[in-house]
Amino acid sequence: MNLQPQRHILIVYPHPDDEAFSVAGTIAYYTKKMNTPVTYACLTLGEMGRNLGNPPFATRESLPEIRRKELVAAADAMGIQDLRMLGFRDKTIEFEDDEKMVKLVEGLIEELMPSLIFTFLPGFAVHPDHEATARAVVEAVRRMPKAARPQVLGCAFANDTIEKNGEPHVIVDIREMKADKVNALKAHASQTAWMMQETEKRVDNGEPMSESWLNIEKFYIINPDQYVN
Amino acid sequence: MQEVQVKTLQELLNSFANKDVYIHLETTNGSYAAHYDEKFFNAGAFIRNAKINYELAKVVDDSPHRVGLKMAHGWVYAQGITHFELDDLGRLLMAGLDYSGKLAIALEISETPFTY
Repeated sequence: MNLQPQRHILIVYPHPDDEAFSVAGTIAYYTKKMNTPVTYACLTLGEMGRNLGNPPFATRESLPEIRRKELVAAADAMGIQDLRMLGFRDKTIEFEDDEKMVKLVEGLIEELMPSLIFTFLPGFAVHPDHEATARAVVEAVRRMPKAARPQVLGCAFANDTIEKNGEPHVIVDIREMKADKVNALKAHASQTAWMMQETEKRVDNGEPMSESWLNIEKFYIINPDQYVN
Repeated sequence: MQEVQVKTLQELLNSFANKDVYIHLETTNGSYAAHYDEKFFNAGAFIRNAKINYELAKVVDDSPHRVGLKMAHGWVYAQGITHFELDDLGRLLMAGLDYSGKLAIALEISETPFTY
């Protein structure tokens, strides 16, 4: 792997498991191979997750505590020392006061002085919470003097991502950290158990682990000046 | 949660009648529905901790079930209810879980507010 050293990394995502899908391998490399301090600010507990099972393993009211525990375990799997659960409610981020959300990110940046921030690519993040989170991060960075800005890397998975943006700018080969990524995904069992089972079954049947998301993580370099609120 | 038993659920619904209660009512297709199927028109509704008082409640014996609450000046109803439980805080939680175990609708009734 050929990752730039970082002073401090800040991850800002709205849901427990966003980080496991998007950055788990990259982050595990930073924490475990490069001793980089990482803070994960997770805005909600995924209270509105739909997968309760049938027969159900949870209720709408018991799910948040299950996902809180999963998030703690996933952070541990990725070697994240500083996990912050910010107490927002799933699916409401876009309805919060926009300025309040920007200020929240500004506060994190001021405190932690990250050299790199991971979030989503605005406009190509599919879920309204993803979009609102990314907008707040990008706006907070846009307001900083250029020389002081951390780099912002965004994940994108809208169907028209490549058509509109071209290929991702940063492609991280995470094969070396595959076990950490698998463990982070498995930690979010309420969200991923079914998917992980299917994957393992295919591997047991001798099919190659072709899932690219276990081999590479892809990011766009976000230029905050392109996003003027 | 267990599968709806009409008689038990009806008795639980009756026990909250004529009281000020908080409700959670939610319908959802998930935020990714239009991502997986671009022709899908995604709609849903969510209300949490609205305070109501109903005089009559009925669960219809037709699975998945419909549950209706009649108030002095209006109605609340939910369609597609499959499961229920009275949780350890005395709240009546009802949900409609689709064939893959995903929540499609929830209707919950409590004498104390639900969390945030």
